[in-house]
Amino acid sequence: MLLLQQIVNGLMLGSVYVTVAVAFTLTIGILNFLNFTIPTLFMLAGMVGWGLAYFGLPFGLSGPLPWPLALAIGIAAAILCSLVVERFTFRYLQTKYGDSTEHAIPLVSSLGFLLILENLVRIAYGGDAQRFPGPSGDLTAEFGGLFFRVPQLVSFFIVLALIVGLAWIMRATRIGRGLRAIAENPDAAAILGVETGRVVPMVFLLTGLLCGLAGALFAVNYGEVSPQMGEDIGSKAIAGMVVGGLGSLWGAVAGGIVVGLVEILTVHFFGADAVQVAVWGALLLTLLARPQGLFGHNAIGKGKL
Amino acid sequence: MSGYWAGLLTLLAINVVFAYGIYLAVAAGQLNLGGAGFQAVGAYAAAWLAFEMEMPLAVTIAASAVVTGVVGYLFAFPILRLKGVYLVLGTYAFAEVVAGVILNSDSLGGAMGMPVPTFIDWQVPVIAAAATALLCFYLMSTRFGLVVRAVHDDDLVADLMGVNVPRIRVIAFGIGAALAGLSGGLYAHAYSFVEIQNFNAALSIYVLLYVLLGGAQTPWGPFAGAAFFTLLPELLRAGLPALTEMLSALLGKTGVISTPDESWRFVILGVVTVLMMVFRPEGLITRAAIERLTHPRRRAKDTAVEVTE
Repeated sequence: MLLLQQIVNGLMLGSVYVTVAVAFTLTIGILNFLNFTIPTLFMLAGMVGWGLAYFGLPFGLSGPLPWPLALAIGIAAAILCSLVVERFTFRYLQTKYGDSTEHAIPLVSSLGFLLILENLVRIAYGGDAQRFPGPSGDLTAEFGGLFFRVPQLVSFFIVLALIVGLAWIMRATRIGRGLRAIAENPDAAAILGVETGRVVPMVFLLTGLLCGLAGALFAVNYGEVSPQMGEDIGSKAIAGMVVGGLGSLWGAVAGGIVVGLVEILTVHFFGADAVQVAVWGALLLTLLARPQGLFGHNAIGKGKL
Repeated sequence: MSGYWAGLLTLLAINVVFAYGIYLAVAAGQLNLGGAGFQAVGAYAAAWLAFEMEMPLAVTIAASAVVTGVVGYLFAFPILRLKGVYLVLGTYAFAEVVAGVILNSDSLGGAMGMPVPTFIDWQVPVIAAAATALLCFYLMSTRFGLVVRAVHDDDLVADLMGVNVPRIRVIAFGIGAALAGLSGGLYAHAYSFVEIQNFNAALSIYVLLYVLLGGAQTPWGPFAGAAFFTLLPELLRAGLPALTEMLSALLGKTGVISTPDESWRFVILGVVTVLMMVFRPEGLITRAAIERLTHPRRRAKDTAVEVTE
């Protein structure tokens, strides 16, 4: 029973990884761009949410805000930053000099944004972990001997709905069709009438939304935010994405859950110190034995960097 | 020489060696985002030999390079089958696994770290940095350097021209790993203590940025990048308080002026990175720039060739 409970906990943790992993997989699948600002966007939503709930709006415009409103503004901030990142990274992907290192431009630029955003948050709110004022009271529900925390269950279903919605957007809408065309071949898509300049920001908007939401849900569920909170989640999400297969939406879902389960079960059997080796060992083994992951397509992510 | 300058020079020398290690991989077209992992292997090899085996300095420093070189060489075979994003992720994962393994092994001190008995002052790192720089300049001027450049620019064409692409990649990656390990060995002795928490993902990111912002086309780049970004924090440490003082004087504020947050220097590194990627993505020092400096007259004729597409 304890083991079953641990598996439930792993699923709940995995749903946070899934959201961030889907954000990673979208940018890699469509733009062939490993976006290192994703963990920072996740952190930004949580920290901005905390700051607004604790201090209120900057410059003394208001007192402390109620936490749901604060988190909503946090998510908006993450989306906004994601769009700013788009202006300075992907816009410069176009070949100018015929030098192969330039394909690394968006990646390196996103590393720069990672440093900027994380340290600005550190300057504004300090480097310490903070307690997030989430919903109070005993919110545990029991089904057949297994315990669920209600906010975790709610976020699990929010994540599920979001991903189903995303899959629908990608499959059935005009924008989704445009994105899939860009993933196949950006030049051909542009020739055939996909407005690259308008469709590409959609990827970053979705990235900001997914990461912001994940950060907000994490803050509510685990009750703690810090400027470093993105690093751990981000690396686990990368691991999940690779295990599932780069560029595959459902692969990222499966991979995120696998990583969540591996983490919880490793803690259960071997202790917390072994998690890093287990998760990254799984990633390295996947890369060596089956680089396309569980569901990935082996054409994705091989472009020069 | 005062302690401050000696410390700064040591840090600079270590960063230069480290940057050259990553540069050799980048020059062959492989973004190595696992630098901290290789440096950690070198640092722990030196620390373990010095602390547990009581080996002399020359042995431990040499061992840090050799051990890491062998590890990098063995790691390179499977990992260099990967391309693009996969390769970046693979090297990143390598660093995380190394950190995880060291954290869990009690014989290496685990999370507690490990003391290193022999202390070195600035002389040894500076000599090592000079030797490393010479080695890289020599390597890049040989046929090997030419082939590395060909692999970097277009591996398919290099392959068609009869270059053994995987072999070149493995060799460049292996020598690079050895240099990163050497920087780790120097680090261990210069700071008399190794702690795995210091070899984190941020370090891998910084050193890759040194190389890419300095410019990966010539061996001047990593030196320029490492020197600039090692000295920048020191300049800022002196410059930022003065700047805030001036600004607050301009705004008419008086009284106690709080010293600016240390984090500002990372914000500045980030801003420089983003601006460089927009305006000069090839890095600070390029082949064309060196050509212009050394042969000003040939410039007009060659410009047409430089800007292809």
